[in-house]
Amino acid sequence: MAIDGLIKKIHDRFGDRILKTERKSAKRVYIDIYPKDIVDIAGYLFKDLGCRFNIASGVDDFNGIEILYHFAHDAHAVVITVRAILKDKDNPRIETITGVMKAAWWIEREIHELFGVEFDGNADLRPLLLPDDWPKGVYPMRKNFVVPKRDSRKG
Amino acid sequence: MKNRATIPIGPYHPLQEEPEFWKLIVEGEKVVDVDVRIGYNHRGIEKISEAKTFDQSIFIVERICGICSSSHPIACAQAIEDICGIEVPERALYIRTITQELERLHSHMLWLGLAGHFLGYNTVFMWGWKYREPICDIMETVTGNRQNYAMHKVGGVRRDIEREHVSYILTRLDEFLKQLDMLKGAVLDDPVLHARLKGVGILTKEAAIDYSALGPTARASGVDIDVRRDHPYGVYDRLKWNVITQNEGDVFAKAVVRILEMYESARIVRQCLDTMPDGPIDSKPKDIPPGEGIGVIEAPRGECFHYVKCDGTNSPVRHKIRAPTYMNFPTFRETVIGETVSDATIIMAAIDPCYCCTERMIVVDSSHKELFKAQDLIRLSQEKTQRIREKLGVK
Repeated sequence: MAIDGLIKKIHDRFGDRILKTERKSAKRVYIDIYPKDIVDIAGYLFKDLGCRFNIASGVDDFNGIEILYHFAHDAHAVVITVRAILKDKDNPRIETITGVMKAAWWIEREIHELFGVEFDGNADLRPLLLPDDWPKGVYPMRKNFVVPKRDSRKG
Repeated sequence: MKNRATIPIGPYHPLQEEPEFWKLIVEGEKVVDVDVRIGYNHRGIEKISEAKTFDQSIFIVERICGICSSSHPIACAQAIEDICGIEVPERALYIRTITQELERLHSHMLWLGLAGHFLGYNTVFMWGWKYREPICDIMETVTGNRQNYAMHKVGGVRRDIEREHVSYILTRLDEFLKQLDMLKGAVLDDPVLHARLKGVGILTKEAAIDYSALGPTARASGVDIDVRRDHPYGVYDRLKWNVITQNEGDVFAKAVVRILEMYESARIVRQCLDTMPDGPIDSKPKDIPPGEGIGVIEAPRGECFHYVKCDGTNSPVRHKIRAPTYMNFPTFRETVIGETVSDATIIMAAIDPCYCCTERMIVVDSSHKELFKAQDLIRLSQEKTQRIREKLGVK
């Protein structure tokens, strides 16, 4: 199957830099990596394998902040998800992949403001969705964020 | 350095549904830099979805966009089905495909109308919006609503297409296609539109790949991608239809892609109605086990992406939604810079973001004197068309 060929190529290239591979179905594969390898792997998927960058999603999990980079391989109908777990929740950092593709420009800004992740090397981390006067250190997509109660008297 | 002026457009955009703020830096007529600020109407649907059950999540993602109100629910349902491989009955797949393509038809028609308006072709605007009515009528008959159809659920669809509706759909579709033929001739054979739109706002193939542009925006730049063919869902892999691509990457190519795609959509709907099997429409799944799933579908504007993570309860732990415009939007940096202000209007419209005409746009110079309002930008664009018309001797 096409997906097994893709997984093999990635394993041959990166070997023990890959923590875990979960082949979920013939169309989906999840690959866990060390955060430091993200630029190399994203570059390999995007430039060498010709994948399209779908998007990245941040997830606030027990183990830390997970960042999932989703890549679509259109010729083989496969979505490859690369997962980097940032263990230090107080200061999550990962290198930017905007050097590999411009498509990651906006989503890094979004994850930066919603999850508080620093993307090293990305100079443009201005707020994208939140207002300019949003308090510092408050990240609405984190699980510990408490949605403020609406005061019914104020309408 | 030449005399630069900043044109702030927004925070309510004259062309787009969502409020957003544009900053065009211009030297005279020429745009030299552009920046955009969004989020004025951010509703936090990803966060809200974490507090909803899976059935309610589908309901809320339907409200992300009034035009894509079939795309988001299907993508979300597919993501949840992907978690544990829920089977969807055949007939439900056909119904999903039909609503998707009908949605594409009226969405592309809506864009064509608006594009006509910005160029000063108000007849095209009136035609486009009038001729999409048969499709909205079909939707109302089949689903009960012109928009926000509430057709989709995890494991199938909510409503069946009744036998007596099939002939109605075909009759109204023929009516739509007849008008589309006329509109296609009027738009694609018009020398003024050729002069006005060709070579304007070019997105190169390399840039389209670099920005991972999607849908008609990418296909007009020669990037041959279409989720319906590349990541088959519904019943697209069993039907005969073509992916439309153009190589020029300009506004005209984007219009051609959308117009020709409408014919393909009509073909798909016809084939579906012909070959649709009888049977159940819902597999009624009970529990969603822990896991994660991804759903991708081709919305009218490009790929719509949903990621759902579940911990075994009845609501998602994380629900990531990426609409196609999110990827197409940043390509403005490639297309608008170097063009004139009068072309910026149509280039902004060319990726088909969701529009709404709210009049909150002003152009100020350094003395804070108002120069242009929203209407003026549309007027500038329309005047340019008029000049070309006169030059070509077309009335």
